[in-house]
Amino acid sequence: MDQFAFDVAHLLAGGLVLISLTMLYQDRLSALIRVFALHAVVLALSVAWQAAIQHAPHLYITAAIALLFKAIIIPVSLLRIMKQLGVHREIDTVVGIGPTMLAGIGLIALSMVVMLRVTAESDPLAREDLAFALSVVLLGLLMMVTRRNVVSQVIGFMSLENGLILAATGAKGMPLVVEISVAFSVLIAFIVIGIFLFRIRERFDTVDVQALERLRGEDP
Amino acid sequence: MMPPAMTLPIILFSVCGFLGLAVMAVALGSSRRATPVLYGGASIVSLVALIASLIQLVAGGHVTPGLTLPMGVPWIGVHFRLDALSSFFVAVIDLGAAVASLYAIGYGRHEHEPLRVLPFYPAFLAGMNLVVLAGDAFTFLVSWEFMSLSSWALVMAHHRDPGNIRAGYIYLLTASFGTLCLLLAFGLMAGPAGGYTFETIRTAHYSGWVAALVLALVLLGAGSKAGLVPLHVWLPLAHPAAPSHVSALMSGVMTKVAVYAFIRVVFDLLGEPSWWSSMVVLALGGVTAVLGVLYALIQQDIKRLLAYSTVENIGIIYIGLGLALAFQANGVTAGTALALTAVLLHVLNHSLFKSLLFFGAGAVLSATGERDMDRLGGLIHRMPVTAFTFLVGSVAISALPPLNGFVSEWMTFQAILLSPNLPQWGLKFMIPAVGALLALSAALAAACFVRGFGITFLGRPRAQAAAQARETDRFSQSAMLLLALLCLLAGILPGVVIDALAPVIQSLIGGRMPLQGNVPWLSIVPIAASRSSYNGLLVFLFIAASAWIAALAIHRFASHAVRRSAAWDCGYPDPSPLTQYSAGSFSQPIRRIYGATIFEARERIEMPAPGDTGPARFRVDLKDLVWDWLYAPIAGIVNFTAGRLNHLQFLTIRRYLSLVFVALIVLLLVLAIWM
Amino acid sequence: MDVIVNLAPQAGQMLLVLLLAPLLTGFVRIVKARLLRRRGPPLLQPYRDLLRLLRKEAVLAENASWLFRCAPYLIFAGTWVAAALIPTFGTGLMFSWSADLIAITALLGSARFFLALAGMDVGTSFGGIGSSREVMIATFAEPAMIMIVFTLALIAGSTQLSTIAGFMLSGGVGLRVSLGLALVALTMVAIAENARIPIDNPATHLELTMVHEAMVLEYSGRHLAMIELSAMLKLLLYVSLIACVFTPWGLAPDGAGPIPHFIGIGAYFLKLAVAGTLLAIFETSIAKMRVFRVPEFLGAALMLGLLAALLRFMSRSF
Repeated sequence: MDQFAFDVAHLLAGGLVLISLTMLYQDRLSALIRVFALHAVVLALSVAWQAAIQHAPHLYITAAIALLFKAIIIPVSLLRIMKQLGVHREIDTVVGIGPTMLAGIGLIALSMVVMLRVTAESDPLAREDLAFALSVVLLGLLMMVTRRNVVSQVIGFMSLENGLILAATGAKGMPLVVEISVAFSVLIAFIVIGIFLFRIRERFDTVDVQALERLRGEDP
Repeated sequence: MMPPAMTLPIILFSVCGFLGLAVMAVALGSSRRATPVLYGGASIVSLVALIASLIQLVAGGHVTPGLTLPMGVPWIGVHFRLDALSSFFVAVIDLGAAVASLYAIGYGRHEHEPLRVLPFYPAFLAGMNLVVLAGDAFTFLVSWEFMSLSSWALVMAHHRDPGNIRAGYIYLLTASFGTLCLLLAFGLMAGPAGGYTFETIRTAHYSGWVAALVLALVLLGAGSKAGLVPLHVWLPLAHPAAPSHVSALMSGVMTKVAVYAFIRVVFDLLGEPSWWSSMVVLALGGVTAVLGVLYALIQQDIKRLLAYSTVENIGIIYIGLGLALAFQANGVTAGTALALTAVLLHVLNHSLFKSLLFFGAGAVLSATGERDMDRLGGLIHRMPVTAFTFLVGSVAISALPPLNGFVSEWMTFQAILLSPNLPQWGLKFMIPAVGALLALSAALAAACFVRGFGITFLGRPRAQAAAQARETDRFSQSAMLLLALLCLLAGILPGVVIDALAPVIQSLIGGRMPLQGNVPWLSIVPIAASRSSYNGLLVFLFIAASAWIAALAIHRFASHAVRRSAAWDCGYPDPSPLTQYSAGSFSQPIRRIYGATIFEARERIEMPAPGDTGPARFRVDLKDLVWDWLYAPIAGIVNFTAGRLNHLQFLTIRRYLSLVFVALIVLLLVLAIWM
Repeated sequence: MDVIVNLAPQAGQMLLVLLLAPLLTGFVRIVKARLLRRRGPPLLQPYRDLLRLLRKEAVLAENASWLFRCAPYLIFAGTWVAAALIPTFGTGLMFSWSADLIAITALLGSARFFLALAGMDVGTSFGGIGSSREVMIATFAEPAMIMIVFTLALIAGSTQLSTIAGFMLSGGVGLRVSLGLALVALTMVAIAENARIPIDNPATHLELTMVHEAMVLEYSGRHLAMIELSAMLKLLLYVSLIACVFTPWGLAPDGAGPIPHFIGIGAYFLKLAVAGTLLAIFETSIAKMRVFRVPEFLGAALMLGLLAALLRFMSRSF
């Protein structure tokens, strides 16, 4: 495999990490959803590039699914739901954006150290791609942990899932069946959560998780 | 020209000279002549020692034959020796001492009770010199304690001022703690055989855990004297409490003696370091640098600001030491040499500009009677020389080219850039993070000194005292101008200093930086010309030339008319100087950003009730988390135990006897089990 | 003779940056105006403004000190020297070894140090607010810049800008993740350092959120001209820096003849035009931030720089 293909794959994976960080930085829901769409677009590009350099045409379908569902349908419908719900407020974070970003950098460094040490012998492309993918997963988790808002938690979950796909495609492709099922499960999860959103909104007039905790008597 | 072999006796005679001056101070009593005579004498004596140490350094730093005096503990004696490392530190100490004494000839006149300062001042100088000259553990520790106690006496000179008693108390506690740690460290190194001379210690080999324990103890002992976070709490209390020339010596020089102790033990006596020890030192250094400067940024008191900035610079020095340890553990001699040279250069630089800044603060204090920046301002008009030299010191300490502070930080950055080749993953993670902390602390230091200089010397006077200030005396001025000149020279001719440091590095690690004297145009090239180079002289000349050309051309060809008028201020000038930005308001953005977590800074606005004519008040609450989390619990535990042990003072004879008896039995049991 | 040949690119560079700086500012203003469907000032308006300011008398506040009068020249000198050391059309600058990229960053820091002091000299509340905010911004921008320098130095194996540019020109770099992160971070730093939207607005007076303009509020006449020129030079400097590291195409190598140098100058003009247009588009499409959003913006730049440096420390292939 030539150096250029290598570099582009790295750059796209690195871009995905960068966009994950950008998502941590956002403080408005609508901006967050748009950045997530960008995340999905870069994921699709990355998967497509993997398809090209690994000569694995079935990966193109994965890329198309990522592009269609995660970059277009889900963001558009989330934006629409937000419009219907009338939530345009800034995101309520548990800790400030600065410390969150710092934690994010720490997580990336951690995943680099772990991956590069564990896989010292293997194919360098897969190795560094895996390190990036692990970072994306960890950043997604971090986002779910540090946000109080349901919508941003859902987005954190989906970006986590993007990281899983990145890892799977980097490691010489994964069976398409699994991929489709994953994509659909996410879609279903999204629908379920969307319904939940409506319900929560109808009942409690807010989508803040804190409000639910208060209801359970777990006032933080 | 005296032969290098004579240098050690000469420096020892200078030390005797200091002690003689101390005795003389007592003899002279409160005579009016005492101040100029004693400080003049101290200045001359330190100058002699300075010249001797420089000769030793230039002569290539061969170890002169040590001197053993039949004093002290009979089977050890008192050893003195002067190698390259000691002669560098003697030079730093006596340069600082000579200039501080010169400054004090004028400044000392403002002293109300000179007898509280004069006898201890030369004794303090003698103590610092003796620590560096000591050739065995016993002499080292005695001199160390002598230095601590004499400086404690100086801190307590103004014991009637509120807060100074507490400062002295805390200083005494940490100093004793530090000496205890060093005592244990040397005890471990001497081993059961009791080889207390440095020669014996150097040849011995230590198992891993002994070396680790010694390193930890030295970090605690030397670190507490140097002001390493979290052992720094005494420093911003004690340094400002002393008279300003003593503050300058304590901040600029005594902390360097602590750095000497660390270098002597870790690089000279202990042998090969392990790589994780560098992790600890790097982390402590990085945290110290950033926390120190953040604390400095929120101080109102100009001398406390300077003391906290000393903490920051100690952090920078320890970052360099950590890098040197990391390189040495991996056998990268070029990197070790670069990092250690950066450390020693920063030791020298910091002693220059921190003394200069404390002198400036002292001049302001004696002219206005104020240390609170919010009651100063506009002093640049009333005290031009002090303002100019303080500005030079501020630029230097903010690590800005072309002055000297930048050179040592630049070299530390170059050392960081050499380190990606180190194999340990921990270091790969730690070193860039520490690099970021170093860069952050440099930027924060610039902010801190824009604030320090701007609030104190610029703007309009905020109080009557500042409006009527008068320039300080000639001796103080010449001392400050001398240091400012040295800051500039060390900044534009760093190659000369680096070459002079080479024997020190050579003797410590067996390698050195490339010779800088051969580099064309007096540049400095740490590794290779294609990699990095810096030329302070050219940068200085370029700036001077372009500023001069621009000014000349504009005044020649364009307008040079000037009209004085009221300040514009967007059309809303306010005659009251209280509407200026104050020290607190200047640091408000930084306090909000960093302080919310680090100091738990909380801002409160107290609005009067409607109809109430009282003023609204704005308050900021800050907490020292190190104090709250570390020292307050320790103090609580000590207090509790002391309260419990208090009962032991009221026992009957029979109970005391039974206590002794039980202790004896326990010791015998221990012995029985141990054997 | 050799000295003259060596000196020519250096001298040409110094003059070129000085002459081009107002042009770039004028160009950005025009493009911005056109994007807003205004006619905008003529391209040469900044030159006219500077000349007019130079000819006017300087009005000083009554309590302005010598520092206030010296600072504009020092700020100008620091910025000019820094700008003279950044390769614009050729890497063969005679004095490029006298200061590396860290030193250039610190030189700009020196200029800012004096600018902030000058803002506090007269003792007005606006000057204080400007200085205070400027140093707050600097506490993020400078470390971010140092982290970017680390990244570039670890890629090119040198902190000398000429060597870095030569290395980038040689094409052996490829697409690096760390390089991409550094580019994003450097752009963010450049926007903040030049007081552009969304950090600060170069076109306002009398606004409570202004930073740079608040500091220089008391300046007039030739002093103001010097400060304005320094600000223009700084913009040009950052654009040249980004151009010479990330788009080194067309740079004349060390010791090349006049023809490559002319090609280099042409390429440089093209790069400036592209960068100016991009800056104008960016500025018109975004709103200014609250002051206390700035730390987050620049903190992100710092984090990106740190991340890039960390990646380079971890593995050579990032």
